[in-house]
Amino acid sequence: MAQQLEVNLVEPLQLGPVTITSRLIVGTGKYETYEIMAEALDASGAEVVTVAIRRERLLDERGRSLLDFIDTDRYTILPNTAGCFSAPDAVRVARLGREILQQLDNPGKDWVKLEVLGDKETLLPDPVGTLEACRELVADGFTVMCYTSDDPVMAVRIRDAGATSVMPAGSPIGCGRGIANHAAIAMILQMLKDRDHGGNPDYPVIIDAGVGTPSDVTIAMELGSDGVLLNTGIAHAKDPLRMAVAMKAACEAGYLGYRAGRIAKRLFATASTPWQGLISPIAGE
Amino acid sequence: MKITVNGEELTLDTPCTVAQLMRRYDLADTASAVEVNRQLVPKQQHPERALADGDTVEIVTLVGGG
Repeated sequence: MAQQLEVNLVEPLQLGPVTITSRLIVGTGKYETYEIMAEALDASGAEVVTVAIRRERLLDERGRSLLDFIDTDRYTILPNTAGCFSAPDAVRVARLGREILQQLDNPGKDWVKLEVLGDKETLLPDPVGTLEACRELVADGFTVMCYTSDDPVMAVRIRDAGATSVMPAGSPIGCGRGIANHAAIAMILQMLKDRDHGGNPDYPVIIDAGVGTPSDVTIAMELGSDGVLLNTGIAHAKDPLRMAVAMKAACEAGYLGYRAGRIAKRLFATASTPWQGLISPIAGE
Repeated sequence: MKITVNGEELTLDTPCTVAQLMRRYDLADTASAVEVNRQLVPKQQHPERALADGDTVEIVTLVGGG
């Protein structure tokens, strides 16, 4: 039995050319120190970590860099286009990211976490720009992991544009409200993964953003998501290392729980203990 | 000639290639990507890509992000 469970736990997830067994993808931003980040990445069990593309610092002391603390032989790096507010900007940043990852010969060199944002306050995606950038990057040979809102119709459009994975936000980036609209995420999962709704069970849907607690991760996985991508929930926890362990366990719990098949919800109780053989009568019966 | 690198103006007295510019900033061996006038210049082209007066150069790298 234990061996059987182990097999289920490590069932791989195929994301374009990348195969992973941990369904938790974590960001590398917002950590107090690089050392804490490196420990938290390790504790999370993640095999894919997201990074951003920014200008090199030329005038001040460069000091240590992110790559000094990320083992690029161990982690597949997923560069994002965070901070881009138009399709051309996102495409430009994606190409710069590819150029860097090619130098590192990292397995993540041909993929991108596409974000085209609508505004700085909500950090919600601009749907028009997202779709435009997605099409262009797919045509340019990218494996596109596409951040989107929890709009089911938009999710279908993004898949149809050739994205390798649709990654709906549970709630706005960094807000910690978890899955704000369970029904919308459930609809996305049905429309993209259920054959009766035109989906494909192998099409990966990853919940990206808004996750604050381990239970948020578990709920995302129990809904049937293929993975969860989070950053702030670990990086800004009082104890990021402990939270990384908790998020890992939560992801596995939700994943296994969904696959195990939950019991139906009922209004009334159903006894776990047999009535037969009671030694005292039940009042009124 | 005057060029702009990551938003800062830089005056160069002698001809300069992208590779030479990267050495100037001690970035020759780091994982960076370079654009000249918004066009990506792949690393293998850095030695032959000459910079011209008025060029705008962006040098980017990986930083923490979600």
